[in-house]
Amino acid sequence: EEEVKTVDKSKWKGIAVYVDHVEGDIHPVTFELIGKAKELAAKIKQPVYCLFAGHNIKSKAHEILHYGVDEVFVYDYEELEDFRIEPYTAVFEDFIKNINPTIVLVGGTTLGRSLAPRVAARFRTGLTADCTILDVQENTDLDQIRPAFGGNIMAHIHTPNHRPQFATVRYKIFSAPERSEKPSGKVTLCDIEEEKLDSKIKVLDVKKKEKVESLEDAEVIVVAGRAVKKEEDLNMINELADLLGAQTAGTRPLIEAGWVDPRKQIGLSGRTVKPKLIITCGVSGAVQFVAGMNNSDCIIAINKDENAPIFNVAHYAVVGDIYEVVPKLIEKIKNGELS
Amino acid sequence: MEILVCIKQVPGTTEVEVDEKTGVLKRDGIDSKTNPYDLFAIETALRMKESKGAKVGVISMGPPQAKEVIREAFMMGADEGVLLTDRRFAGADCLATAYTLSQGIKKAGNPDLIICGKMTTDGDTAQVGPEIAEFLNIPHVANVKRIIEIKKKSIVVEMDMPDTVEIAEVQYPCLITVDKDIYQPRLPSFKRKLATKDKEIVEYSLDDLEDKNEKNYGLNGSPTQVKRIFPPEIDTTHVMWKGSSDELADKVFGKLKELKFI
Ligand SMILES: Cc1cc2nc3c(=O)[nH]c(=O)nc-3n(C[C@H](O)[C@H](O)[C@@H](O)COP(=O)(O)OP(=O)(O)OC[C@H]3O[C@@H](n4cnc5c(N)ncnc54)[C@H](O)[C@@H]3O)c2cc1C
Ligand SMILES: Cc1cc2nc3c(=O)[nH]c(=O)nc-3n(C[C@H](O)[C@H](O)[C@H](O)COP(=O)(O)OP(=O)(O)OC[C@H]3O[C@@H](n4cnc5c(N)ncnc54)[C@H](O)[C@@H]3O)c2cc1C
Repeated sequence: EEEVKTVDKSKWKGIAVYVDHVEGDIHPVTFELIGKAKELAAKIKQPVYCLFAGHNIKSKAHEILHYGVDEVFVYDYEELEDFRIEPYTAVFEDFIKNINPTIVLVGGTTLGRSLAPRVAARFRTGLTADCTILDVQENTDLDQIRPAFGGNIMAHIHTPNHRPQFATVRYKIFSAPERSEKPSGKVTLCDIEEEKLDSKIKVLDVKKKEKVESLEDAEVIVVAGRAVKKEEDLNMINELADLLGAQTAGTRPLIEAGWVDPRKQIGLSGRTVKPKLIITCGVSGAVQFVAGMNNSDCIIAINKDENAPIFNVAHYAVVGDIYEVVPKLIEKIKNGELS
Repeated sequence: MEILVCIKQVPGTTEVEVDEKTGVLKRDGIDSKTNPYDLFAIETALRMKESKGAKVGVISMGPPQAKEVIREAFMMGADEGVLLTDRRFAGADCLATAYTLSQGIKKAGNPDLIICGKMTTDGDTAQVGPEIAEFLNIPHVANVKRIIEIKKKSIVVEMDMPDTVEIAEVQYPCLITVDKDIYQPRLPSFKRKLATKDKEIVEYSLDDLEDKNEKNYGLNGSPTQVKRIFPPEIDTTHVMWKGSSDELADKVFGKLKELKFI
């Protein structure tokens, strides 16, 4: 006889978004999650909440009210200044116990992917990693779709008998709502007993990462593939990128050759990007590469092989030689007109 | 100092396919290997063993053939190996996997430091490490990029954060998950293979663990359920342009202008 543990789903209400930030600088994935949370919440007619934990962040909390959430719960404590797992988990636990959200969304950043599993385990509930599609049933069950096996298969996962339902989502998967001039909703300050904020971790130093404009933030990207024969031939790719205000990225072979900065690698073992425009130059379109860019709004692919797999995901497939098409394109952009 | 490394056996390739009819992964004929990310974890432990004289154990949950990955760890230099194997562990999601491993780790004698890989190449959730730490009620640091100092009662590590790097000192017992490339993993040695071929692998079943409630393990203990698996969609709607390079450059130029990129 199968005995299924059931949960009273009516006791769990609202969709909560964890505000991912470092020292009050809110990570843009947060707004993308708010956008998705609003969409889901509208379907089940429930509110959208945010959890914002840190130190000296009260003023920043009001910014979130411009994105259409119902309530932002703020825990502002010195112990939360730097990210340490125990106090952050304690605050998250306190928030969930007070609010009972049915769904919790956390950004799939390095921080979120450390925090979300810890909190989910504390509640003995499920967590679905790196979701790319989220939808909700009338009974508040969350449909979660995620890639696994390095993007070679997709899995549809649900958490039917537990609450809250946790999901992490990477940056650039969903779209952020427009910021409205007028704020709405409210900010609520929360208290927690200070002894819950104890930690066995001492942060000795926090270093800013070297400032390179992150590839994820680029609106336009030009990608160099293995068709580029010599390092100096990257000049034409860089020139095209400059003319378009774009960043240059590369496929793995170019990173391995040392021609392109590893932080500019797109794909499974690199970055996931979702720019408004991506132009690939002599890229074959291996699944590991495509997994990192197939959500881009507009994909233009230049490849001389008309059967190249990249053309399956390209919106505009340009069958041609990059050594001819790219210089001509550069020339036309410089002249600003059709020849 | 005692270190325990969690290692998982994964399919030898990620190029798996889904049977369209049954919606089940085609696993036939695919051999398996140690999760590549776990090799970095093993290497990290072995470096500590060499510099500080630690004892290094490995633990895995999986079917009996997962012994192979423990043998491989022996060939790299691990001192002890534990396999958690029981039909009742099957079908575990991350929560049930982490719970089972945490029970096994308690049984194996609560090490000072537990090291996990950053993620696996099959489920690739990166969730098991932090969840084990929660079940053991010990601190964890995920995404460790560098070990700075190994002290008597603590370890100093560099943790990768979205825009910053935190230098954190963590007291034992604790768990870290290490990023790839933290150290270059050594190759298994043939000499050690011979020396360890009869080395004992300790096996535990559910009955050996402290919590014997079957409901906390395997499919029963898994809150997430996979409803369906399917191949990723490929968007085939596209325009193809052919012609002279001049014509092609014109087409691209026109489109970029139309879309307001120039
Ligand atoms: C297509 C698919 C999608 C899935 N999606 C989810 C999901 O979203 N949520 C979920 O909860 N489960 C999910 N699962 C189940 C889950 O992937 C595994 O069953 C779980 O046992 C391990 O998770 P992982 O492989 O992601 O490990 P990760 O969390 O990526 O592994 C991190 C580290 O934990 C250690 N580790 C992991 N497993 C073991 C083990 N068996 N023995 C020893 N050490 C180990 C290793 O050190 C490893 O490097 C999914 C499974 C499939 C097939
Ligand atoms: C676990 C794993 C993870 C991986 N992760 C990544 C990742 O994150 N990112 C990544 O990029 N790769 C990754 N790879 C590697 C990936 O499988 C491919 O090998 C790689 O993406 C190929 O790069 P490419 O398209 O530049 O080169 P190629 O596959 O060699 O393609 C070159 C293309 O250029 C075309 N071409 C040649 N000359 C010209 C010309 N003059 N004009 C026009 N077209 C021309 C050819 O027709 C061909 O299609 C990974 C692999 C594995 C196994």
